[in-house]
Amino acid sequence: MESPYDILGVATSASADDIKKAYRRLARKLHPDLNAGDKAGEERFKAVSVAYRLLSDPDTRARYDAGEIDEMGVERPQQRYYRDHAGSAQADGYASDAGYADFMDGDDAFVEMLRRAAQARANRRGQDLHYGLPVTFAEAIAGGTKRLTLPRGGVIDVTIPAGVVDGQILRLKGKGAPGAGNGGPGDALVELEIAADPRFTRDGEDITLELPISLAEAVLGGKVRVPTPTGAVEMTVPPGSSSGTMLRLRGQGLPRKGGSRGDERIRLKIVLPKGRDEELERFVSGWQAGKDFDPRAEAHS
Amino acid sequence: MNRIELERFLGEVSIERETFEYWIERRWIAPVQAEDMELSDADAARAVFIRDLRNDLGVNDEGIDVVLQLVDQVHGLRRVLQALRVELAGPRGGTEQE
Repeated sequence: MESPYDILGVATSASADDIKKAYRRLARKLHPDLNAGDKAGEERFKAVSVAYRLLSDPDTRARYDAGEIDEMGVERPQQRYYRDHAGSAQADGYASDAGYADFMDGDDAFVEMLRRAAQARANRRGQDLHYGLPVTFAEAIAGGTKRLTLPRGGVIDVTIPAGVVDGQILRLKGKGAPGAGNGGPGDALVELEIAADPRFTRDGEDITLELPISLAEAVLGGKVRVPTPTGAVEMTVPPGSSSGTMLRLRGQGLPRKGGSRGDERIRLKIVLPKGRDEELERFVSGWQAGKDFDPRAEAHS
Repeated sequence: MNRIELERFLGEVSIERETFEYWIERRWIAPVQAEDMELSDADAARAVFIRDLRNDLGVNDEGIDVVLQLVDQVHGLRRVLQALRVELAGPRGGTEQE
């Protein structure tokens, strides 16, 4: 491997000034942005840069001379060069026709080609712009309209279809950056960021909710209010319900293909009042059928 | 296209805001959305090039004027060459430039 001194073409005794001069001389020749089409030269420039980083700092130079570090010790992150962007639409404003404008006066086939190319550039479609839009769980299930405020001012009303998932991207035709000439505007690409709702979990087109009920509601049944993503509804708990009993609210889930909707599944969970209750304890102590019942009988067999 | 904020831009290019404002004034960098300083990746890469010219290559401001003018001409010509290449390759063989 060439030493950094060899790469820069200086003696090991070279002064800091000599090293800087040598580097500048090479960099002026090799810098990738001064060699728009020379991809191979980039490696050489990188080597020169690394050598210079190493030797321009007296500290790292001393450590290199003492053999403590090698050329890899000062590797720089990959630099991006302007030449890699100069052909893109982003650089349209910079590219100059001063190098060939005189050719455009003629009317031969060559000029015709140049004109067509210029025309195509002049009618370039506008860029697509990317946005993020926070969406609540309820909006993701039920759909709706949300107003997106643009960083540069202005708003877009985004129609959110029912049943979208986190990370889904909506493409709004023509809401992107304006195009040039007849190019037409680009699109706005809106990525939905759906906030989780701790009450609900989503399973395909169904959603599941755990609903606490009292012992009295479990034993005797009754009407309870059940949250759905779009608001609470009333539901009947049948008498004799257990923890884990699944009930179903039809059509409260996500839309399915074909127009119907999934369900909201409700898993009941019996919750006793906080603290002990003498009356309840007295009753259960004397409740023989309850003591004889073994809910684990099946698990044991 | 990614647009980047000014603060991140200055960090990536490692220059001060005053330096950047001077470059704008000098018309070395011309953001498309100049009023709210939205910058493209191309602007950032160009700024890195200008920084290299100044800091590493020892080119003075007048020299940078000249270098950028010529570099912009080179890229103008490269665009024409690319367009001709697409034309010559014909509708089937050609690949459209982005």
